[in-house]
Amino acid sequence: MVLRLSGLSVTRRRRPVLHGVNLTVCGGEFVGVIGPNGAGKSSLMEAALGLIPFTGASTLAAMPADRRARHAAYLPQSREIAWPVSVEDLVALGRIPWPGGGRSDEDRAAIDAAIARMGLEAFRKRTALRLSGGEQNRALIARALAQDTPMLIADEPIAGLDPAQQLTCLRLFRDLASEGRTVLASIHDLGLAARFCTRLVLLSGGHVLADGPADAVLGDDLLRRAFGITARRVETPDGPAILPV
Amino acid sequence: MQGCVRRSRAVLAAVLIAAAALPALAAPQRVVSMNLCIDQLAMMLAAPGQLVSVSGLARDPRLSPMAEQAAALTPNTGRAEEIYLLRPDLVIAGTYTPQATLAMLRRLGLRVEILPPAEDFDAIRAQITRMGALLERQVAARDLLARFDADLAAARVPSGRGRAALYYANGFTSGGDTLAGSILKAAGYDNIAADYGISATTHLPMEVLVMARPDRLITGATWPGQSQGEAILDHPALAGIAPTSRQVTDRNWICGTPFVTRAIRSLR
Amino acid sequence: MKGWPVTLSVLAGALLVASLLTGPAGLPPADALIALAFGGDGPMPIVMREIRLPRAILGLVIGAGLGLTGAALQGYLRNPLAEPGLIGISGMAALGAVIAIQTGLSLVAMSALPLAAMAGAAVGVALLVALAGPRGGSVTLILAGVAISALAGAGTALVLNLSPNPYAANEIVFWLMGSLADKSMLHVWLALPPMMLGAALILSARRALDALTLGEAAAQTLGISGTALRWHLIAGTALIVGPATAVAGAIGFVGLVIPHILRPLVGARPSALLPASALGGAALLLAADVAVRLIVPDRDLKLGVLTAIVGAPLFLHLIWKTRSGGRV
Repeated sequence: MVLRLSGLSVTRRRRPVLHGVNLTVCGGEFVGVIGPNGAGKSSLMEAALGLIPFTGASTLAAMPADRRARHAAYLPQSREIAWPVSVEDLVALGRIPWPGGGRSDEDRAAIDAAIARMGLEAFRKRTALRLSGGEQNRALIARALAQDTPMLIADEPIAGLDPAQQLTCLRLFRDLASEGRTVLASIHDLGLAARFCTRLVLLSGGHVLADGPADAVLGDDLLRRAFGITARRVETPDGPAILPV
Repeated sequence: MQGCVRRSRAVLAAVLIAAAALPALAAPQRVVSMNLCIDQLAMMLAAPGQLVSVSGLARDPRLSPMAEQAAALTPNTGRAEEIYLLRPDLVIAGTYTPQATLAMLRRLGLRVEILPPAEDFDAIRAQITRMGALLERQVAARDLLARFDADLAAARVPSGRGRAALYYANGFTSGGDTLAGSILKAAGYDNIAADYGISATTHLPMEVLVMARPDRLITGATWPGQSQGEAILDHPALAGIAPTSRQVTDRNWICGTPFVTRAIRSLR
Repeated sequence: MKGWPVTLSVLAGALLVASLLTGPAGLPPADALIALAFGGDGPMPIVMREIRLPRAILGLVIGAGLGLTGAALQGYLRNPLAEPGLIGISGMAALGAVIAIQTGLSLVAMSALPLAAMAGAAVGVALLVALAGPRGGSVTLILAGVAISALAGAGTALVLNLSPNPYAANEIVFWLMGSLADKSMLHVWLALPPMMLGAALILSARRALDALTLGEAAAQTLGISGTALRWHLIAGTALIVGPATAVAGAIGFVGLVIPHILRPLVGARPSALLPASALGGAALLLAADVAVRLIVPDRDLKLGVLTAIVGAPLFLHLIWKTRSGGRV
């Protein structure tokens, strides 16, 4: 499953926030979108999904809504759960695009697999809203997994999580990519992005500043231009650590 | 001398009779009535020119049997300033005229008399006499009273004609202590309201009315425009009872005046 | 609770029978039901078929409609304070109905009454969705509701006061509080078809409302069209609240109380809450209509009085929870 964005431009409240972005993401890739606040990361994902008006082209947004829902799952930044539903019912929402209506054998299998993969068996019947933030986040990821799509788009999936939950989440995304899925996620932590993503896209001011492997994207010059910081790079056995100074 | 005395007595008697026939000096010259029912009695009893204004409702032929006579008089809407500007020397109002208006008129130095509504025939008789006294038209009042008594006696039907029910908008009915109840009784009907201990005008649930199976149903008049309260009179359940003998009350049912004899006759 | 469909259906059914057996005429229950089913001579079949049956059916249908629209609006706005009566939709429907009556349109064609009420309800719900759509918070919702209610109430009072009919001006209470007294089968046939259509529209949106649990954006990526859902909700609500208000006035709080009580019982999913709230709403309104006849048998106590006595404290409680930042 390939996501191809060409000449993608977005204007919000008469202010241009994306300028002709070209990006191709292929199956097996975990692409991290990095960049300062306001660089256009969320707009990029929302436009790619067809959630907001844009000019240019997105292979995903071009699909009819029901087909798109079977191609890409989306984890919005807000992590909203409006009603006190059980974890099981929450995960089952991921089956809405599929014909079984959440009750077919296929649906049950997908729900069970997603719950098991996120280690939520013990919380199955619990009310999602009564769980901790990290557990809620896992339940919402399980919901996206139950959607059983070849592509996953996540907006700030590790923001607000403790380090252990952050690692769980990013490991999962890396595994999903290695299974052949396409994963696109915006990430603020440059070190974690560098460690887990197969490729980074650096956005700044609505332009793609750099696109490639972490070593190439996280160069001193690009970081200074994008974030206005100097960063100290420390290589560790587990990967690079980026310390802004 | 004897003859002279006899003659002078005759003259005196003639003068006295003439004085009684003409409005006395104390009689009010500019009378204003502020109530539909009082309007009618006043119009029946007043000397020409004595009554200057009646309520605007008195001109409405749906409400007033004397609409034509009322059209010749100045209509009023019952507000203190317009009443005052008519420069009346007697204002006659009903029990339901707003107290604030009456107090204002009294403060302005006007003579205000209040007559309660007449809810039965004795009250109508008393009302005629009272109105005659207020207008200093006792002779006319005596005449009217005599005609009313004769009319009433002719219109009355002995009881035993069956059971009748009165039913108005919002599901109200009238019992024996009301004018409509008196009319019903004089027309020879037993009022079903009595079976439920109702003597005044009050709510009667429709299903109770249907279960009572009256022989005759008399419903309230409906007004232009529409209302939920009147919609009840079109309810199919009412069509199911007393289907042949449904009658609607009219202007002769509204006020305790001699016109009630027409209402009694209408039930024949 | 697994057995809620059966429990709620039995409850609504029992209250339907109770409504049929309650009335000032004090008919013996067995005779009354026989007269209802088989007819016969005398006034009892008339009372049962022409007076009590339409009242009971309207209680069932209107209660169900109010419960359903309450649950649907709450699901759509993701706000437990949404309710057609409180946020002015019923008020706008009443305004539409009053205009149809006082202009004489409803005399020309009976169907003008529910149609005008539907138009009023549609304007109300569309205004509300525009002002306090899915992104608006509780405060926006309530303020928009207050404004729409006030406007509708003033409009209704104005139209009634301009009427040449002496009774019309006193009917503001009926339109504000609602009553099922002395309705006929004609009202049932007037209200039932559009309400069924509205219920079908709303129930067809139940999966979309489920998806909205995750927020608008996530729901859209599950294949839900926000625009289609919005029109479904507006049309469905208008088709239910319009005719319901046209025949029974504005009855508040049913759509607030019932979803709130039933949400924990059905697991909070909007798709389960919709049919449950319909059954629960029917049960509540039938119970209230039985109660008004038992409490003051010889007066026409308005239904909205009872539903407000039950609902207003709950409403305050919900506002308190919202205020203190808690989840409902």
